[in-house]
Amino acid sequence: MSSQTPLSVPLREQRLLDVKLQQVPSWIMKWDFSPSGIMKAVRRGYDAYFNKYIDVKKGGIGGVTMVLAGYILLNYCTAYKELKHDRWRKYH
Amino acid sequence: MNENLFAPFVCPTIMGLSTLPVIMLFPCLIFSTPKRWLPNRIQILQIWLIRLITKQMMSMHNNIGRTWALMLMTLILFIATTNLLGLLPYSFTPTTQLSMNISMAIPLWMGTVILGFRNKPKASLAHFLPQGTPTPLIPMLIIIETISLLIQPLALAVRLTANITAGHLLIHLIGSAALALMSINILLSSVTLIILFLLTILELAVALIQAYVFTLLVSLYLHDNS
Repeated sequence: MSSQTPLSVPLREQRLLDVKLQQVPSWIMKWDFSPSGIMKAVRRGYDAYFNKYIDVKKGGIGGVTMVLAGYILLNYCTAYKELKHDRWRKYH
Repeated sequence: MNENLFAPFVCPTIMGLSTLPVIMLFPCLIFSTPKRWLPNRIQILQIWLIRLITKQMMSMHNNIGRTWALMLMTLILFIATTNLLGLLPYSFTPTTQLSMNISMAIPLWMGTVILGFRNKPKASLAHFLPQGTPTPLIPMLIIIETISLLIQPLALAVRLTANITAGHLLIHLIGSAALALMSINILLSSVTLIILFLLTILELAVALIQAYVFTLLVSLYLHDNS
């Protein structure tokens, strides 16, 4: 019985959980940061979320609620600069 | 307090770039079109709702008016989802901006008027003079009817802006009043909280109703002119 050597996958095509911790920065550098690359990544992300949570036979309220929660979080992040003054102010 | 009160109505920016296009396109993510023969549950609900609204709104029109069905359905869906999304905390509502509402109202109203003047010019001109007016009053009445016609798009836009803006401001004010009263008098604070709860229900209704009213009026102008 001959022992088979494992095929080595190039770093670019490995997914996140297969990449070793020290290789993570170089893995991120290999991403495609051009506009078309970003659009493809956004499209892939949208399709993944859509097919997992919304495009199921009996989709529930959770699929849409997660989107709305993310929307609220995004708005909080963009408005943080004005909101941080309100935290310890005594008289509004 | 004053600057803080109107802060939610400022167009949000990330590092100087306006995020307004992203916010205005966000409702598109919520609506999806079915790609299979049997859609999923969420799409079935959406399709049912849209067909219900379409049947309700387009039943009074003739064939020329019904060619506007897509436009009016898009309008009511856009305004309803934008208003409802604006009720979420920290979110920005594009329909509070008068610029956006006027840019929605004027082309639609002008489209109905031009349609009326092209297809039925005599009937369109006859709208300026109601039936049975006494003769001495005719010149004044024509002026009044012209002004009432010209003010229709402004009324459409300002109605939507004012209602949504006033609702948001009230929620903000009563909410901060309830928060401030909490350390002074718990009973009064809970009364204010109940008022806030009722106001939120009202705002939900107003969000939907304003969309309906806007679209209904445009379709009414269309009905007059088609």
